Amino acid sequence: MGDWEFIVGHYNYWIAIFLAMTGLYIVIARGNLIKKLVGLNVFQSSVFILYISLAKVEGGTAPILARGIDIYSNPLPHVLILTAIVVGVATTALGLALVVRIRGEYGTIEEDDIHSQDESM
Amino acid sequence: MLLAHLPALVIVIPLICAPLCVLLRGKDWAFIVALLATWASFACSVLLTIQVMKVGTISYAMGGWAPPYGIEIRLDALNVFILLIVSGIGSVVAPYARNSLLLEHIEERAYMFYCAYLLCLCGLMGVAVTGDAFNLFVFLEISSLSSYVLIALGSDRRALTAAYQYLVMGTIGATFIVIAVGLLYQATGTLNMADIANRLPEAGYTNRTVIAAFAFMVIGAGLKIAIFPLHQWLPNAYTYAPNIVSAFLAATATKVSVYILLRFVFSVFGVEFSFVSLPTAIPLLVLAVLAMFLPSIVACFQTNVKRVLAYSSVAQIGYMVLGLGFVSVAGLTASILHLFNHALMKGALFLVLGAVFYRIGSCNIDRMAGLAKQMPWTMAAFVGGGLSLIGVPLTAGFISKWYLILAALEKGWWYIVVLIVVSSLIAVVYVFRVIEAAYFRDAPDDLVNVAEAPISLLAPAWILVFANFYFGVETSISVGIAERAAQSLMGAG
Amino acid sequence: MDTQDFIALAMLLPLIGTVMIWMSGPRPNQREVVTVVTAILTFLCVLQVLPPVLAGENPTLIIANILPGLQFAFVVEPLGMMFALIASFLWIVTSFYAIGYMRGHNEPNQTRFYMCFAIAISSAIAVAFSGNMLTLFIAYEVLTLSTYPLVTHNQDEEAKRAGRTYLGILLTSSIGLLLVAILWTWYAAGTLDFTKGGILKGKIDDGLVIVMLFLYMYGIGKAALMPIHRWLPAAMVAPTPVSALLHAVAVVKAGVFTVLKVIIYIFGADFLTETGASVWLMYVAGATVLLASLVALTKDNLKARLAYSTVSQLSYVVLAGALATSFSLVGGAMHIVMHAFGKITLFFCAGAIMVASHKTEISQMRGLGWRMPFTFAAFLLGALSVIGLPPLGGSWSKWYIALGAADAEQLIFIAVLMISSLLNVAYLIPVFARGFFGPRDEERAQIADTHHHDHDHKSADHAAYGSRIVEAPLFCVVPLWVTALGCVALFLYADRLYAMLEPIVK
Repeated sequence: MGDWEFIVGHYNYWIAIFLAMTGLYIVIARGNLIKKLVGLNVFQSSVFILYISLAKVEGGTAPILARGIDIYSNPLPHVLILTAIVVGVATTALGLALVVRIRGEYGTIEEDDIHSQDESM
Repeated sequence: MLLAHLPALVIVIPLICAPLCVLLRGKDWAFIVALLATWASFACSVLLTIQVMKVGTISYAMGGWAPPYGIEIRLDALNVFILLIVSGIGSVVAPYARNSLLLEHIEERAYMFYCAYLLCLCGLMGVAVTGDAFNLFVFLEISSLSSYVLIALGSDRRALTAAYQYLVMGTIGATFIVIAVGLLYQATGTLNMADIANRLPEAGYTNRTVIAAFAFMVIGAGLKIAIFPLHQWLPNAYTYAPNIVSAFLAATATKVSVYILLRFVFSVFGVEFSFVSLPTAIPLLVLAVLAMFLPSIVACFQTNVKRVLAYSSVAQIGYMVLGLGFVSVAGLTASILHLFNHALMKGALFLVLGAVFYRIGSCNIDRMAGLAKQMPWTMAAFVGGGLSLIGVPLTAGFISKWYLILAALEKGWWYIVVLIVVSSLIAVVYVFRVIEAAYFRDAPDDLVNVAEAPISLLAPAWILVFANFYFGVETSISVGIAERAAQSLMGAG
Repeated sequence: MDTQDFIALAMLLPLIGTVMIWMSGPRPNQREVVTVVTAILTFLCVLQVLPPVLAGENPTLIIANILPGLQFAFVVEPLGMMFALIASFLWIVTSFYAIGYMRGHNEPNQTRFYMCFAIAISSAIAVAFSGNMLTLFIAYEVLTLSTYPLVTHNQDEEAKRAGRTYLGILLTSSIGLLLVAILWTWYAAGTLDFTKGGILKGKIDDGLVIVMLFLYMYGIGKAALMPIHRWLPAAMVAPTPVSALLHAVAVVKAGVFTVLKVIIYIFGADFLTETGASVWLMYVAGATVLLASLVALTKDNLKARLAYSTVSQLSYVVLAGALATSFSLVGGAMHIVMHAFGKITLFFCAGAIMVASHKTEISQMRGLGWRMPFTFAAFLLGALSVIGLPPLGGSWSKWYIALGAADAEQLIFIAVLMISSLLNVAYLIPVFARGFFGPRDEERAQIADTHHHDHDHKSADHAAYGSRIVEAPLFCVVPLWVTALGCVALFLYADRLYAMLEPIVK
């Protein structure tokens, strides 16, 4: 397998990696707490995509029992990701709730402002 | 009949009781439910431990679906030990909740606390018992989400930012673990941990997917464990969380994460892969040694005693990772032993601080000056826990250090022995700063008339202090289980 | 009750006493009665263990199995018996003395003082009776920790700084070096039991014996080998009864006692002499003997001078251990007793002077002897014993150590002992001399002066005019005469002590 095929053949990984890095970059680089959560979501989504792309069986269709179809994609990762999505939603909800409370206490959702308020205490 | 379902019951009980707390609302009812649920789980854990010690590994098929397709609960010496730690600490801490919560202004939402507490307990124990890699992630997230809630309950507004920070870091860590699980699934086609372990050699040790999975798993678990330098979330989280939560999480959460690391690195990936084909041991040892020193030194300069203990936790995790890095039965025994002993000492110390906070509304070292006169029992408990933290003989802490040093001697690593000893001396410094303040300084003017803490706060703290001394003298139980667990981990490779 | 029970009781009684002292805290009379009664009972218990030991038995008490093959156990042998006897006997004397001193000085926190004192004695006895190195280590650490509150007793900055030095050096050395040595021993020999002839022979490389010995000797910080002796002078900020019993007897002797134990029962004397690993230790100990004496000469503060004298005297025992011949080992063991009685007398005197006249510096003591003749006379006896002149106990132990040096063909150390004796004369006798050779006029003025300033000072105020004798309270003077006479008695009955100790080298 040549380099080119290696790169093209793993395109789903490249997308997942790209998304994951984007997400992590946002988490690290943005000071806005909401944006951080967005970044976190992007990061998690990349993993969902990774899982689902792993489940793809060449020529297979959606894993629904129907007459005349023999090849399915692997349903297990789909189920897993369903769970993971639920976990992700819960995390986001909790994160947002915290941000609401933080805004209530500090009057801001910018990390730097929060830091300077804590420092000055 | 019921006994056969013990492995499931141990996690189902808190899981069902958690919503019950919310439904019952009344703070007394919620308290009673939570208390009974934790105690019931503890009773189950004890029974399970006895069973495992007698008959060896227990396998339980969830809902009757046979592994490797169904979810398996698999209990060996290591699992039950972790189970015992988590539920044991949970049971000792639970009675403490009533009083400790009162002061931190969340009385009206107390039932929420109990609900989150039970969920957290359920999640932590779930991680410990499950034999399914993805299931482990789900339980981990149950415990993490509820612990974010618990930390955010702290009375200081910085608790919110601490919880947020932990949420971000924890989610990244957990997601790393999912990636690792996904890659492992890709390489082996199974999620059952025992099954993965069997099939990995077929996939080959040079398989890039497996190597990537390993890397993601170690970093992900490392984040949750707070291995230096991935510990940034921990000091704030432990400092600003309600005292009871600090005590509970410090004693259990990181321990469960260490378990994840041990389980994957040793049983799933296997020693052959993790340490022979990859150079894992050296980086772990280096990080462990750094963790033993840098956070300890930072701890010496903190004014908030809770923060001192939080940094000390990061340092103590260093010892556990160190033992792991030795890759020997002796080293693992030391690690697992310290897992247990550290839960005892940190649990005790945080509970003591809760009692202090209850009376003087602060854990600042200057505010604690002269406190030994007014709260003799509380401070005596601190001394007891502190001695164990240092590793003074006849305390549990000494036993872990003893085994750790023996493991280092077995390897012939002299410099490690010296480092372990020197780092314990740093612990002497930060523990004695507090003791000196409490015993040999005069109380601040506004704090000359402070009453002793109520018995409901003192009793749990003293139970743990007593446990520290008990397991420092009578070591057959703790060392026995730890040794068996270590042997099975090494044997599995 | 059999011997085992008495061993347990000897250690438990002081702890029970601690609780009772705590409970009777607000009632000073009751508290002090409890202390004295506990001390006497403890001594009686220790005495019950003596007959079987003299008969050549080794009474054993096993408390718990800490680790497989490693017990928390107590085994009494002659050396430990001797140490437990002096510690518990002198505790009685010191208890009486402490009553006089602490009241005379109006010290605060007396309850804590008596409590910690009792715990310290309990752990000193535990050190004496320890059956293996780990048990000894545990007791040794308890001793350090329980004496820390006594050092910081005054709670001022100086006391706290001294406390930090004290704890810092003792804990660092014990955890950093001693514990490592113990672990190494366990790893190499598979046992930590004190065994005649040692347990290390053939278990570690001959070349490593030096390293091991170094770890042990500097790990036992309580032996105050230079340069880790700083904690001992620092500890002198404590009230004098503490300096007297703990920092002239229990704590420091626990140090040199451990040194002897390690040399006799861990290394084995023969093993040490064969490998020659202890030669460096002889020189270090010899240097400490001389240097500490020289430093003592420069100190004007009486307690500081005595502290450095203790540092020097402790190294006699270490030197005796390093020589590792049968004479020197018995001599070293005897020196523990002899020096204990001599030095405690000197400290008692220093405390009595402080209580009666509030003088701490030697230069202020001109003519004081005329006012405190009993105290100063006892000081002379104690000093002569420390110097090592007959008819006082100290002469015997020096004699045997010198014999040991001759046996080991290390003649230079006989010279060291001689020079050291001269130095002892030089720093101890002037204290006594100054007391009696002061100008009378100044002295009279001093009395008037003292009386003028110390209205609240009750010690024999009225007597000051008539007889000019302003002695310390009886509670102080009687104990210091008991120990001074003890020095004489030890000279007369040294043969019994020798007979008792002989089995340790046979």
